[in-house]
This record gives sequence, structure tokens and C-alpha cells, in this order.
Amino acid sequence: MKRADDYKSRRAHLEKMSDSELKEYFWKLTEKLVDPLIEMGKNNTTPAIERSVLLRMGFSSLEAKPLVDGAIEHNLIGYGVGNVVYRFAKNQNIGIREAGLKLIKGESWAKAEELFKGEA
Amino acid sequence: MSEYKLPKNEKIDVEKILEDLENYAPKRKGWTWREPSPELDMGPFHYKDCSKPLKNSVGLPTAHYFENIDPQPMPVITTEIASGRFEDDIRRMRMAAHHGADHIMVIRTAGQSHFDGLIEGTPQGVGGVPISRKQIRAQRKALDMIEEEVGRPINYHSYVSGVAGPDIAVMFAEEGVNGCHQDPQYNVIYRNINMVRSFVDACESKKLIAWANMAQIDGAHNANATAREAWKVMPELMVQHAINALFSAKVGISKRNICLSTVPPTATPAPCVYMDLPYAVALRELFTDYRMRAQMNTKYIEASTRDATVTHVLNMLISKLTSADIQSTITPDEGRNVPWHIYNVEACDTAKQTLLALDGLMDMVELKRGGALDDKARELKERAVLFLEEMLEMGGYYKAVEAGMFVDSGYYPERNGDGIVRQMNGGVGAGTVFPRKKAYMAPVTAHFGYNNVAQYDKNAVDNPSKLIDGCTLEKREKIVYIDELDETDNCIERMKENEKYRGGKWLKPEMEWLADGTVLMTMFFPVSKNIAEAAALEVAKKFNLSDAEVINREIMQAEEGTRIELKGKVNFDIDMTKLELPIEPDIMSDESIRADIEAHPMTVVCGTVGQDEHSVGLREIIDIKHGGIEKYGIKVHYLGTSVPVEKIVDAAIELNADAILASTIISHDDIHYKNIQAIDKIAREKGVRDKLIFVSGGTQVTNEQAVKHGADAGFGRGTHGNHVATFLVKRRKELKDKK
Repeated sequence: MKRADDYKSRRAHLEKMSDSELKEYFWKLTEKLVDPLIEMGKNNTTPAIERSVLLRMGFSSLEAKPLVDGAIEHNLIGYGVGNVVYRFAKNQNIGIREAGLKLIKGESWAKAEELFKGEA
Repeated sequence: MSEYKLPKNEKIDVEKILEDLENYAPKRKGWTWREPSPELDMGPFHYKDCSKPLKNSVGLPTAHYFENIDPQPMPVITTEIASGRFEDDIRRMRMAAHHGADHIMVIRTAGQSHFDGLIEGTPQGVGGVPISRKQIRAQRKALDMIEEEVGRPINYHSYVSGVAGPDIAVMFAEEGVNGCHQDPQYNVIYRNINMVRSFVDACESKKLIAWANMAQIDGAHNANATAREAWKVMPELMVQHAINALFSAKVGISKRNICLSTVPPTATPAPCVYMDLPYAVALRELFTDYRMRAQMNTKYIEASTRDATVTHVLNMLISKLTSADIQSTITPDEGRNVPWHIYNVEACDTAKQTLLALDGLMDMVELKRGGALDDKARELKERAVLFLEEMLEMGGYYKAVEAGMFVDSGYYPERNGDGIVRQMNGGVGAGTVFPRKKAYMAPVTAHFGYNNVAQYDKNAVDNPSKLIDGCTLEKREKIVYIDELDETDNCIERMKENEKYRGGKWLKPEMEWLADGTVLMTMFFPVSKNIAEAAALEVAKKFNLSDAEVINREIMQAEEGTRIELKGKVNFDIDMTKLELPIEPDIMSDESIRADIEAHPMTVVCGTVGQDEHSVGLREIIDIKHGGIEKYGIKVHYLGTSVPVEKIVDAAIELNADAILASTIISHDDIHYKNIQAIDKIAREKGVRDKLIFVSGGTQVTNEQAVKHGADAGFGRGTHGNHVATFLVKRRKELKDKK
């Protein structure tokens, strides 16, 4: 888009505002821009977020990556990859790390899928 | 845990720092601001805006005039260090800390933004350091010791951006990193990372930043550095600041830890203070709850370190007239890309020097309101508000980016159609954002957003990591430490290569890496630029320098001459054990000098000889108020300046003086040594040389040359009255003993 500087006409509605009103308006507008971004953050996840969860659960960066890749491949990332590992560990009655390492080996994803079957 | 302690009066042992890192835990977490020390008395002075002084530090070059004081200004002072080898940067951090840096910012290696995960080990970087857990842990461990040495907490800082932001944020929170850059807009605009991914990731990253009480700096200054005419993006800069600031606050970072990376947008020869000040005022009036990190203007930085330093000082004038919580010191070599130790230290000194010079200024000066300043500030705010209105009309942030609203070179609302355009479904990491399902859960601390913990344990809702008996943020022992992944590209191999230079025997000049051999030469050629540049390279060749490169050329006058700065590498080693070390001057105690003079009174005649009107140096040596020789009871006959050489000898004879003190400042054509020679000759001709002590002094005088030209001693820069008095007393005794 190309446009000449029309500041003088565009600002007409701001002219009467005091400095503090202008400041308040500035932040109100910013809030309107920011709120939808925050909402998206609350309701979505990403591979990086899931890796960061796995790191906090005691996995190394080298382990977190294949776990997330596996979860995406098996359509489980929406439940949270940490959740997948957690539920699988509970189900198998094994520790968190042991559960994760089993999934990395690739043999237990079917079991994990089964544990979330039908879940919203 | 490692037993290594930073040794006093010894070099830091990087090998020891690297030992036992897998068990190292940082001393503390979170950002630290400087502790105010209002109404501080130090040496002969009273300070208004200073912070608590350090235990150990290196003062400004002039500090020796003022009891070696080293007052510390109030803003946190940043230094940006990244030579590509973090092991060598550790030594630079210690140097910078001693010069007043308490915010060490580590620049990342090129390309880390697009690395999808954590980098492990210690590969060598390009234009920065690969940020990894081992590298962070080693540097934090070193800083934990260095901060104890200087007596002030040091904030350690790097970047939480790219496609692995949350991964890095976790690692930083675990490893005691104290500050970071985090701004999803940076990903979007400058790294072409998918925008939705960037903002969703940023929520998690910021939640971790909040948990670790880190300070956060935004990325708005990059618009300034990218835009063609940087001063025209001021309205947009305010918008970028606002988006990241409010977004961060809503995720949970305390506003007191959210810092705007603000840059005075222009530089000389523009009337920059006139243009930059209203912007700084507008920003501080809008963002009253937030902190200001005053970044230097880097857009208009050139290869002249002098020019860059003046820009830096003018930027700090703006900081002082408005406010700055963190003062940046981008090294003055930014324009020629030589990230050397000396420039980090120089820039820290520039910041300290300027801020001390301006101490208390606002007690005497205030900004003039109701005129041009207010009008311009108001206009900038309105332009920013109009920018926000249009973004909302377009349908919000993402739509505005798709429409190319950002980094357009027009002064908003003017548009030149050259903004950076990104698509919502484009960029690195597009298609990697997944909706959270109803059963979504993450059993960890500092996780942002929807988290259905209640499905497992209603009592764990406020503490999700309870489900797994604590995560790494509570139980450090759960962190999996990886040492190295690459057998050849790591710090151990690099250190083997230069091991020879860590033994205390072999030495090479160094600018950034141990034994890099790099030297900098400044020279002038009385010819035009092209010839001068070629001639400089020829000089390098004859000096046997390798990798020679001209890094700065400045025209003095097109035909008459060019200043050249050239870097190159020397290809020889120095054997430290065979060096002849200069002897430190021996100084008698004040009491013993005074006792000697009392027992045997002494008279001296002195003056600045030749056609030379300088008097300050000599007065420093003689005047009682400057700690000069008068204070020991020495009788001083001061003859003034431009004293003919013959007159000073005659006066010595007439007054039956013990000594002549001749000051010679002007050194053009070696006139200082010619005058020394003349005094010696006249004294001989008059038959008094054997009885007289003859001391010469001046900024360009060396003892060796002075003695060669006939004086008994020569005193140069840094001389004090006690040095001269010691010499006079000892020399008189020698002459007496000879008799």
C-alpha cells in the first residue's frame, strides 16, 4: 500500500483528547490487538511447547524430539505429549522416564493411541 | 560439586570452570537491579545518582587523580559478548565486570533461530555462540565467581526466540539465566518464522520467564536498525513495544521486569538530540509502568570508534534527560565487525564515564514543557494510536502483518509499500500449531494456558507437577545433562590447540581468542585513500603480518592524507620467562622523606623551559595542594613557564639550590630532549653540574631518554610528587656518598 502522509486529517478525532485520555486509548487499542493472541496461546500447542514440557518432566533434548514427532505422527499431540507419556506410565505402572524411553523405541504407540481412544 | 574458587591475583582457570559441570547448580535465579546509594560520598566528591560501589574494579583512566575512586552509576550496564568461542569469552566477562558491566549478554550463533530444539555441547559459532546447556552452565558458573569478586550480582542474558523458544526458556529457567530477549514479533518480521507459531510459543516462553523472575527485553530496536530511514519508524516502534509489553504482562511477567529496547532513532550529522528527545519522552509517558533498556543507535554506526563513541555518549544524554534502567554499550567496533575484548571494556567505560559526568544533572536541569518537545511527543503518540486503529480495522495483528504494515519506510500514516510481508500460513514452522483437546494436560510447573490436570487429581490443579512428584524446576536432579555430541567440534578440542599459551611461558597478542595473534595498527599516509590502503597492506606484508585487512579509513583531506587502521596476525611467540620487565618506581614513605628533608633542608628551582607555556604538570609535582614535593618541606623556587634554559641554571647557582626541576611538555622535533641537553651543557660550562641534581619531566619524557640526554632522571606521565621527592632524597645521598 502506498499513501501520502494524511496525519493532519486522520487525527481529527484525537485532537480533543487530553494526554491521559490518549494514553488510555493507546492501551485500550493495544489490548484489543493482544487479547486474541493470548486466547490462541491458551488453546493451542506446538512441538516446541511440548518439548519444553518433556524437558521439565526429565527428558533430554535428544529424547524430547522423537517423543513429540511420534505424538504428531499418531495424532496425539492435541492431548499433550507429556500427558501421553504420563497416562502410558500410569497404565503400565512404570516410571515416567521408562515410559518415555519405551515410546521412543517405537513399539508402544499403538498402546498409547488406545489409551486416548474416544477422548475429546 | 566443584571445589574451584576464583583465585585472587591470578587468571581464571577455564579448564577448572569446565570440570564437574554436570553437577553445577547456579547460585541464584532472577534479575537483580543495582542497589541505590543516594547521597554517596566517595573520595573528594558527592554523588546524587549512584549505586552501591564495588569491592574490586578498575576505575576510569583518570581515577588516580581522585584517590582511585570508581563510583558506579545507577543503570545496569550491559556488555554484549560473543566471539564464537565461549571459553575465551569467560575471560572477557571478568574484564567487563571489573569495568562496571553487570549485564552480560551473549549473542547467539547465526542460524540458531531456525534450529528446532536445543543445541547441545560446545560447537564453535559464527558471529555469536551456539547457546547450549553446557555453555550456559560454564559461563554462569564463572559469573557466579566473578560477581563475588567484584561484589555485585551479574545478570546473565541471551535470547529466547526462534522455533525453539520454549525449549530454551526452560533451560534458561533451570540454569539461572537472569535476562533474555523475548519478542514474537522478532521471529515474525526478521526470522520469517510462522506468526501463529511464534505467538503461541511466546506464551509458554514468557510464562517460564515470569516463573524464573527474569528480565525481558523486546526486539523493537531491530525495526530501527532495519528501516531505510530509521527515524520514520518511530510510531511503529511504539506499537511494537506496546504489543510485546502488554502481551507479556498478560501472560504473567511483572511489568517491572518488562523492558523496552528503545533506541534513539537517529544520529549525527542529523540534529539527533532534537529528533530523538521527543521520541524518548513520548515513550516514557506512554509506558510508565515498564522499564527502559536504552539501546545504542547501531543503524548509523561507522568504522570510526571515535564516531561511534560520540553517538553512544549522545544516546546516554537522552538516557539521562529521560530515564534508563539498563544502559546498553554495543561495542564501538560494531561498524567494522571486530568484536574484541578492548572494545567491550572501552564501551563499558564510556557508559560509566558519561553517566558519572551527568550525575545529579536533573537536580539542575529540566526539560522545557509546553513547546516543541510536547508538540512533537504528542504527534508521535497520535501517529502510534492511528497505527493501532488501522491494525484493528484490518482485522488484528496477523492481518496487519499480511498487509505489510511493519518496517514500512513511510512515516506513518504515510506508506511507501515497502514493509515486510508475512503470511499467516507461511514461514518456518507453518502448520505446526495444534488445538488443545479437552483432555490436554501437561504435568509441569510454569505451563501456560489450558491444562486439564483435574482429570487425574483435583488437588494438583494449582500445582500440576505434583502428578509426577515435581518437575525439573523443583527437582534439579531430574535435569538430563548432555556434555558433548560432536567429537571434534567442541571446546576441549579447541583448548588442546592453544594449550601451549595457558602455561605461563608462551604469549601472543590477543584480541578475541587466546593466542589469536591479532594486532591493530594505526597509521597515516600523506596520500589519497586508495593509495593509502594499498600502502598499509604493504606495511603489513613487510611486518610479516598474516590475514591483514584494512578495517577503517578516514580521509584527512582528499589529496593530503588518509588515516588507516589495519588488523593482522603476528606469527611468532613471546617467551614470557625471558622478558626484561620494567622496574616499578620505588617510593619512600612520606614520613621518611619528610625526616630526611627536616634533617637536611633542600632547595630546588623549577620551571617549564624553552618556549613552552604548560604549567599544570609541574604544579602537580611541586604544589602542596596536589601532594607535591612542597609538602615534605622542600623549598621550591618556581620560575614560571617559557624559562630560558640559561636562566634556570643561573637561578640554581644564585640560590645555591640542590636541584633543578625542568618541565618540558612540547615534544615537537624532540625539542624536549634538546632542552635537557642544553641545561646539562650550560651547567657543565658553569662548573656546577656535579653539585646539582637535574630532573626533567613531561608527558612525553622517558627516564631512559632523559638520562641519555644529560638529566639525572626523567619522569613521564603518571608521576606524582612522592616519586620525584624519593628520587631527590636518594640522589642527594648518592652524591654525598660519592664525595
